Amino acid sequence: MFFTKKSLRLLGVLAGAALAGTVLAGCGGQQAGSSDTIKIGANFEMTGNVANYGQATLDGLNLAIEEINAAGGINGKKLEVISADNKSEAAEAVNAATKLISDDNVKVIVGPAVTANVIAESQVATDAKIPVIAPDATSPDVTVENGQVKPFIFRSCFIDPQQGSVMAKFASENLKAKTAVVYVDNSSDYSKSLGKVFKEQFEKAGGQVVMEQAFLAKDQDFKATLTSIKTANADVLFVPAYYEEVGKIVKQARELGITSPILGTDGWDDSKVADIAGTEALNNTYFSTHYSDKDESVKPFIDAFTKKYGHAPNVFAALGYDAGKMLAEAIKNANSDDPEKIRDAIEGIKDLKVGTGIITMDAKTHNPIKQAVILQNKDGDRVMIAKIMPE
Amino acid sequence: MELGQQFLQQMVNGISLGSIYALIALGYTMIYGIIKLINFAHGDIYMVGAYIGFFAITQAGLGIVPALLVSLVTTGLLGMLVEKLAYKPLRHAPRLSVLITAIGVSFFLEYTSMYFVSPTPRTFPQVMDNVAVNIGGLVINGQQMLILGITFVLMVILTYIVKFTNTGKAMRAASFDVETAQLMGINSDRIISITFCIGSALAAVAGVLVGIYYNSIDPLMGIMPGLKAFVAAVLGGIGILPGAVVGGIILGVVEALVSGFISSTFRDAAAFAILILVLLVRPTGIFGKNTKEKV
Repeated sequence: MFFTKKSLRLLGVLAGAALAGTVLAGCGGQQAGSSDTIKIGANFEMTGNVANYGQATLDGLNLAIEEINAAGGINGKKLEVISADNKSEAAEAVNAATKLISDDNVKVIVGPAVTANVIAESQVATDAKIPVIAPDATSPDVTVENGQVKPFIFRSCFIDPQQGSVMAKFASENLKAKTAVVYVDNSSDYSKSLGKVFKEQFEKAGGQVVMEQAFLAKDQDFKATLTSIKTANADVLFVPAYYEEVGKIVKQARELGITSPILGTDGWDDSKVADIAGTEALNNTYFSTHYSDKDESVKPFIDAFTKKYGHAPNVFAALGYDAGKMLAEAIKNANSDDPEKIRDAIEGIKDLKVGTGIITMDAKTHNPIKQAVILQNKDGDRVMIAKIMPE
Repeated sequence: MELGQQFLQQMVNGISLGSIYALIALGYTMIYGIIKLINFAHGDIYMVGAYIGFFAITQAGLGIVPALLVSLVTTGLLGMLVEKLAYKPLRHAPRLSVLITAIGVSFFLEYTSMYFVSPTPRTFPQVMDNVAVNIGGLVINGQQMLILGITFVLMVILTYIVKFTNTGKAMRAASFDVETAQLMGINSDRIISITFCIGSALAAVAGVLVGIYYNSIDPLMGIMPGLKAFVAAVLGGIGILPGAVVGGIILGVVEALVSGFISSTFRDAAAFAILILVLLVRPTGIFGKNTKEKV
């Protein structure tokens, strides 16, 4: 097993080196003409098992850059996106970043989409002092390592724990809940960290978490635990988990007669939840996510995207678009194509309007402070009922 | 809800879950009773049964009872086929070889199904209305009643077959001693075949019921229930039919109580702790008799 993996990686490095050679050879001639364009590297999962995420994000990014160029570019310069495929693998993400930095001479990199690949890439980018914007990676350790912020790594989406804080605020302010039960997936860091933050924030707001329960991904039967959750008789039930289990939990909770609101996070954002739970059981449930396609302010983006690609954008496309807008703003403020100046400008972004909302970069963590939208499931439809800023 | 009522609700949850274990455990125990084989592929037969039921409902548009029958018959035949192809050639081989073959069959079924039906979990269609009976806060829903009802009916039919038919008599004879039974004129290959058929059919029913109960099926869904049913069979005394039912229900109730009053993360640990305890304290199980092996 190890042997194969190692030899594969070796093969990857060799292939990368060979590729680098050819690209380098073809690059020399263009150097002179590049002064009126600014090159942006796009390191994405275009093939492999999360290709859907990478491709959608890249589509969104391309749309943003196209709009900026159509409006005259930035300070007279056009932006040029150079994309590289990381095949949905961490080792390939490093190769792709190396290629973009040393061969294509990009000033900034956008991507990859998933957390593990961004983390793999971050050392190469940091060594070369090239800023990175991760559009969709929501895990906290993308930008922070051992309590230290990584100077060149940023993201343009909110992080997992922020949703916990948003939902706590929603529960206590909008739903006027005084008591809550937290029910997390013990096999997922995403779920556990959200549960922890929810509890802290909900209790800070004067509420009380009266019971904490856990399950494991792939469980089928939740009735036993839900029976004891029912005895707690809390105002809300918070289930930060992924759609497969969420569907079953909501279904079984309603069957046992738990009628209180059930709250969740962006793991709920999938039509499977309704397939499993049924639309009736799903009434009176709420979850936080990045944006709503029913939101008026998102409409221009959705229309432009649909016109260009012939289908409606998903959440990844929206986040890719946001990353593009944020990057353009930073280059404009830096008034230079020097990577370090761009880095400083990204850190200073404040109250910038992007496709899905308004973002301000937190210089201490390199996470944007960004509103989340709360959607309510209602008779098979999703209604946007609030936009909430995390604490 | 007060404590006593919560306890009763957990009993309801546990007995429904336990009935499923019992249906699977019956197949384990019948097969073990006759050819002394722990058929590790049994959990996967249950998965195949669930998928056949799923396709009968979604593709052929059948109602729940016809779908159950289609799944029961097809899966029963599959059980016979597995026995013919995988176990029959090894009738006189050491038991370890057959056991390893069973594990092979298990993987074969899992990954072949994964190839054909894709690893993504499927959502089982809603085949019955959500009715629930509420007795003073104690909730029993339609699916739980369906599970209990079908399990009960199957138990009655199975008892009848085993106790009062010639085939049943032959099965019991074969479980005492296959070779002697053969000398008495019983076609033991045929009896083994029928045993696999009945055992697999019961597992198929369990599979379809689980699909209806939890609304979601996937190609690896058989692994855990298969192991749990094995624990149930051992707990009741492997090879003994009433033992499998009692073992299954005890296991279901213990799991419900552990998840309800302690934490659901300890549930599986509790189930396997029971296995270890039974093997240490009373290896023959609740209904097992201590028979001395004559040398």
